[in-house]
Amino acid sequence: MVDRRDAVAAILRAREHALIVTGLGSPTWDVAATADSPYNFYLWGAMGAAAMVGLGLALAQPSRRVVVITGDGELLMGLGSLATIGVERPSNLSIVVIDNERYGETGMQPSHTARGVDLAAIGRAAGFPDAATISTAQALDASLPAIYGRIGPVLRVVKVLANQPPLTVPLRDGTHIKNRFRDALLGPKAFE
Amino acid sequence: MADESQPVWSQYIFQALKGAAIGQVAYVPDAGHKDLIALCHADTAMRAVSLTTEEEGIALVAGAWLGGVRGVLLMQSSGVGNCINMLSLVEECRFPLLMIVTMRGQWGETNPWQVPMGQTAAAVLATCGVIVQHVETARDLGPSVEAGAQLAFMSNRAVALLIAQRLVGAKKFE
Repeated sequence: MVDRRDAVAAILRAREHALIVTGLGSPTWDVAATADSPYNFYLWGAMGAAAMVGLGLALAQPSRRVVVITGDGELLMGLGSLATIGVERPSNLSIVVIDNERYGETGMQPSHTARGVDLAAIGRAAGFPDAATISTAQALDASLPAIYGRIGPVLRVVKVLANQPPLTVPLRDGTHIKNRFRDALLGPKAFE
Repeated sequence: MADESQPVWSQYIFQALKGAAIGQVAYVPDAGHKDLIALCHADTAMRAVSLTTEEEGIALVAGAWLGGVRGVLLMQSSGVGNCINMLSLVEECRFPLLMIVTMRGQWGETNPWQVPMGQTAAAVLATCGVIVQHVETARDLGPSVEAGAQLAFMSNRAVALLIAQRLVGAKKFE
């Protein structure tokens, strides 16, 4: 098990030009607290959306790596997304699940991953060519070339401690988050 | 009438989508959109994405827009109910959204299970902040898609075009 903030920091240190989509709630707080960037799109709601927002973005920007950083509960709500992504097989999309096996925003109730559901196995069965569960900092470091590589889609389930780091409240206005992202990525074309 | 058969009116929608530079087409398979889905899959400038459930498509086309690509979401009326919470993404972020919904449960329906969402789809969409426009005739399809796309993508609004079951035709269970 690794600390979630350490895991997110390790992932973000290696991002270079990657575009990041975060799922509610703790992954959004983790990413914003670690390294805010206009190239981050933060979801504060729409539970289950993160992987599909990542797919739409990855198909729209095939030359950019897109990394979705989300939680186990968030991905479980959009589990069909893994099947859709497995069918589309975008080579530039990675999904990283920060898996604390809990619903952190609602009282730390156990999620299905605490009860035997294996998201990486579901990913493999859905057609992800590279899907694995990792639980050490060394394994995460060893996975970074794949997360930011040229093969995909990649699914990494990172088992993390069920702690709750100090909350740094990031940008919350969705329209601002969207416009900031599009302005950074698309320049003047964002507002034509 | 020949000009109101699905292969013909699907072309009206398709040509309007081409004119609007739609690059991603998200859909849950639907008999009313059968010909349109085939046209989109055959078009090299469009990426047609089959979904497991309609709300995936709301998130997909939002991601497409983040990346500078216009998307459209095709579904039948029963899929509208699946989209409710995901529409919060569209409203809060003011994402453009173009939905084209073929109606069931409306005109000569023979499957009673289609009636609940068929009768509530327009109200549900409007309640969720989506601009609802009804299309009753084949000749209105092209202009409606063109205008709906303009409203969605130039004014950053969510727009649903509801294609009447009288135009689509009632599925027969015989």
